[in-house]
Amino acid sequence: MPKDEAGVLSEIKRNYILKKLKEGKRGDGRSPESFREISITTNYVPRSAGSAYVKLGRTKVVAGIKIESGEPFPDTPNQGVLTTNVELLPMAFPTFEAGPPNEGSIEIARVVDRGIRESKMIDLESLVIEPAKKVWIVFADIDVIDFDGNLIDACTLAVVSALKSAVVPGSTEGGKDFALPVRSLPISVTMVKIGDELVADPDLEEEQLSTARITVTTTADEHIRAMQKGDTGYFTLDEIRKAIKLSSDIGRQIREKHFK
Amino acid sequence: MGTASDIKLIDENGLRIDGRSPTELRPLKIETDVLERADGSAFIEWGGNKILVAVYGPREAYPKHTQDIEKAVVKARYNMSAFSVDERKRPGPDRRSVEISKVISEALSAAVMVEQFPRAQIDVFIEVLQADAGTRIAGLTASSVALAAAGIPMRDMVVGCAAGKVDGKIVLDLGKEEDNFGQADLPMGILAKSGKIVLMQMDGDLSQEEFDQATALIMDATKRIYDIQREALAGKYRALALERGGE
Repeated sequence: MPKDEAGVLSEIKRNYILKKLKEGKRGDGRSPESFREISITTNYVPRSAGSAYVKLGRTKVVAGIKIESGEPFPDTPNQGVLTTNVELLPMAFPTFEAGPPNEGSIEIARVVDRGIRESKMIDLESLVIEPAKKVWIVFADIDVIDFDGNLIDACTLAVVSALKSAVVPGSTEGGKDFALPVRSLPISVTMVKIGDELVADPDLEEEQLSTARITVTTTADEHIRAMQKGDTGYFTLDEIRKAIKLSSDIGRQIREKHFK
Repeated sequence: MGTASDIKLIDENGLRIDGRSPTELRPLKIETDVLERADGSAFIEWGGNKILVAVYGPREAYPKHTQDIEKAVVKARYNMSAFSVDERKRPGPDRRSVEISKVISEALSAAVMVEQFPRAQIDVFIEVLQADAGTRIAGLTASSVALAAAGIPMRDMVVGCAAGKVDGKIVLDLGKEEDNFGQADLPMGILAKSGKIVLMQMDGDLSQEEFDQATALIMDATKRIYDIQREALAGKYRALALERGGE
């Protein structure tokens, strides 16, 4: 992950965050397991098939869905196609550069994609126009416009919200427009390890201080649909179990508060 | 995970499509020093997987801005050869291999004593010659051996292993059909002695109890895989000792 303009976190700030955490508090006053404020505005870009503008604290992302007809993959002739892409725009952070996706943005996109795919959120089988020939292709593109940590969760929230509001342009293929069939609600929860503490929804400073990251995506049945450990540190099995439990608890809260 | 199918992956005796029990690994063989030029190398055959790993370094990190003044950068490059899968794979990195390279690099960094080599880079080239499910954990297991064979100081060996869900049952080390038609896949990288987890990915559908079952299988298998890694390295030094007249 990129560092801030100075390249490193100042020693004073580092010590402050570490000291606070020992008292069970975070730099911004949150408890270790609480998220920053979430704000979701759907239909933010009406020209897209579905969209959402999500603020997670000071991290801001815009997800837009485009749905076009096209050829299915040869190995899944009876399924529509879903592709997810994340753009870390240069406007979002001093060290983000324009150009092809780097390994960081590829990882984010793939973890977000896995959560949505494995939760079977989109009923891809209902997106066939003509078997083996023509299916609906759902493009989920996410622009990161302001970066203050935890992009995986911000992007998952944005894509899920955008997909939920998306309309398939059936009229362009001689049918009727219809709402994109959505069956479940995956929520990803990312935690980082700072010292021996797990903190959820890290901001940028916490990401810079952390040694390891874990993302757990769950559905309403509290089953795990996707996981990803990142960074060069380690987790013990107990820490991972704790992360799973935390993820399913926080996922339930977010579903109740923002997706009722 | 894979698509649903009518294929029965576990028979009435609880045996899997290749005749294994739920807790059984596929045949696994590791050999070191298979390449001449590399500082360390290993070849792993795990089920139908055939994977070569070459290690170069520590050497000066290049380009210069990638250098870390505090430690070495471990840079793994996972690559599938064009002929490694049923349909020809277009050569070069794709999004999947970029992600796998990243998580393998991070896992190996946790084991290598990177702080001993500031500004250096350690390259780990992983070439999948034949793929048969579980290439990332097989590549990781072999990478660890190749790093040790290169004489690079390490805290611990990294063992790669996976478990998953097939026909609703938790099983160890998914084979190709199980990977294609199963309901969950959980690849992990574990430090052999400490049991710390340095790589973990998961896709599919697991309850929290099923996750515990799967990790128990993996932790148990870690010891068996570690023994094979050690034996491969011990074999190397036995051969060296013989060359020098048994001293």
